[in-house]
Amino acid sequence: MTITEAPPAAPATPPEPPVRKASTRKRLVPYWLLLPGILWLLVFFALPMVYQASTSVQTGSLEKGFQVTWHFATYWDALQEYYPQFVRSLLYAGTATILCLLLGYPLAYLIAFKAGRWRNLLLVLVIAPFFTSFLIRTLAWKTILADGGTVVGILDSLHVLDVTSWLGWTEGNRVLATPMAVVCGLTYNFLPFMILPLYTSLERIDGRLHEAAGDLYARPLTTFRKVTFPLSMPGVVSGTLLTFIPASGDYVNAELLGSTDTKMVGSVIQTQFLRVLDYPTAAALSFILMAIVLLMVTFYIRRAGTEDLV
Amino acid sequence: MEQYEPDRLSGAQLAAMRRSLTSGRGALTRRSMLRATGVGALTIGGLAGLSGCGIPPAKREGDGPASTDHSADEKRVVFSNWTEYMDVSEDEKHYPTLEAFTKRTGISVKYTADINDNVEFFGKIQPQLAAGQDTGRDLICVTDWLAARMIRLGYAQKLDPSRLPHAFANLSDQFRSPDWDPGRAHSYPWTGIPTVIAYNAKATGGRTVDSVSQLLDDPRLKGRVAFLSEMRDSIGMTLLDLGKDPGSFTDDDFDAAIARIQKAVDKKQIRRFTGNDYTADLDKGDIAACVAWAGDIVQLQHDNPDIKFAIPRSGYIISSDNLLVPAKARHKTNAEKLIDHYYQPPVAAQLAAYINYVCPVDGVRAELTKIDKSMADNTLILPDAAMAAASHAFRSLSAEEETAYEQKFAKLIGA
Repeated sequence: MTITEAPPAAPATPPEPPVRKASTRKRLVPYWLLLPGILWLLVFFALPMVYQASTSVQTGSLEKGFQVTWHFATYWDALQEYYPQFVRSLLYAGTATILCLLLGYPLAYLIAFKAGRWRNLLLVLVIAPFFTSFLIRTLAWKTILADGGTVVGILDSLHVLDVTSWLGWTEGNRVLATPMAVVCGLTYNFLPFMILPLYTSLERIDGRLHEAAGDLYARPLTTFRKVTFPLSMPGVVSGTLLTFIPASGDYVNAELLGSTDTKMVGSVIQTQFLRVLDYPTAAALSFILMAIVLLMVTFYIRRAGTEDLV
Repeated sequence: MEQYEPDRLSGAQLAAMRRSLTSGRGALTRRSMLRATGVGALTIGGLAGLSGCGIPPAKREGDGPASTDHSADEKRVVFSNWTEYMDVSEDEKHYPTLEAFTKRTGISVKYTADINDNVEFFGKIQPQLAAGQDTGRDLICVTDWLAARMIRLGYAQKLDPSRLPHAFANLSDQFRSPDWDPGRAHSYPWTGIPTVIAYNAKATGGRTVDSVSQLLDDPRLKGRVAFLSEMRDSIGMTLLDLGKDPGSFTDDDFDAAIARIQKAVDKKQIRRFTGNDYTADLDKGDIAACVAWAGDIVQLQHDNPDIKFAIPRSGYIISSDNLLVPAKARHKTNAEKLIDHYYQPPVAAQLAAYINYVCPVDGVRAELTKIDKSMADNTLILPDAAMAAASHAFRSLSAEEETAYEQKFAKLIGA
């Protein structure tokens, strides 16, 4: 694109404000642009939600059909019966999110500021695991953490497993089928969701701000604390949300890497829906999970004090 | 809200202010959009909820399943099966037995291995079947409890015995009349699936594991035992171990079996309840011993001589995967011809040699010996009289029992 010089004949008076009618039409433009998205949300999000909400207050059986009886007790029963799985889901997802942040931040920082010409390659490497299926990636962890495997052998000889076992994260000298394996799987599977938003917001930071901080005698750590980290907050917030929300509903990791006492609420919903065919309980569980996550996220965004998520 | 426009401002300033109201944060933020969408959704939700949608009964009444048969003018049949449940050629591009069928009858087969899990597959096709629509499949293969449920709900078409001469003549006695489909009016078995005990001799230190009691109690196996997440297999084997008959047990017997396994779960004897994925763990030795499906074990033994199996003295559970013609299928006659094709001993032998599950067809021994002598001698593929006598089928359950039992079992496995 070429830039042509504007003709120098500038009128002395400021331009007239646009006519009211045109501006109304202009004001509607964003809504028109939103229309496809809203329709999509309506059909594939709002309607299924209504359907699920209705299901959650129905009673009946597959054979005889389900009728809306406003049976709200389903919610209470579901919560009472399955609160351990809820607590566990939030705990595991929370731990995995923190681990992702601890692992992802330095990596995103490195890619954004220090990688130079390797930047694109590193980004591709971050996304590369997505080219294989979620299941395959999770199953790979079964090989990595196998009982007689190298990883477990090393952890065992360093007596790490004694500590984790004492904490109840592992069982004796194995890692598979324990909470630790599930959290490892979650962390691994959702790490790119943390790194990419972090990278985007770090990469946008103006390098001159760092120089300015240096000119004002800020030590590197202070620069990070006062300049870089606050400016990367949008990335931190969206990264943690993109990690925490799907992780709290995940069930693949708990199914494949866990045991009976590490099942997360996603497994319960799946079992109730497909196996027990108790659709109301499954729907109620989904809504409870959604409500909990929504509350936590609202609280979190308020506390983090950021409106922008990118 | 009134827009505040003091006349002291210049035109440009006013324009800028308006711009900030329309395209700035004050106007159309993500949050206000979300709020608007949310309110809209809630309103619609409230209305729809009030009208009370409900889910209609799943059961189809009367002679619903019968459909117009287009077999005569459309020479094709659509067959949905489990993954790795069909013989394939060396280059994995051809299905020899299916191609033989097409050559003989002129009926082309669209074969898809799109069944991975009974409950998921049922979840996928159930809405169509309940609504009386064609699922697009003429022949499906599901495990017996699901076949029983589908027949109970009126989702399966009655088969015409006159088009199934080989199937009628050659079906093994063991499979002839299950309590959920007397006289095989709606279904024919594709394979039999013995549920046995398997162990990795290297992981057990050379010791045999041959009873469910040992799986549940032996301290040397602690944390290295797996049970199947299929309720009928795990509970059935435990019922046998408790001296109960899985063919005629009571609610109390069921509860006793649950309690028996629960005790082992509580003392961390059992590592996991697994689906098909136990095979890799058993192969590596992470699982030392488990309840397992015989066909998997035959395949594992090919590569790993340490994998052994044992038939408990109390007997073992046998289930089957069954061919059904779903309601409203377009090509029922063609599907029946395909079923009958697989009941010819040479074809059945060719299939059994490949997939290693119990062959439900009589008279294949000679044919299978021609292909592979060791397979013909393997009682997990061609059961001998003693083996057949030790087999027990899990009785069919009523809808209420099924829900209650699955609920209790789900609680046991943690979800």
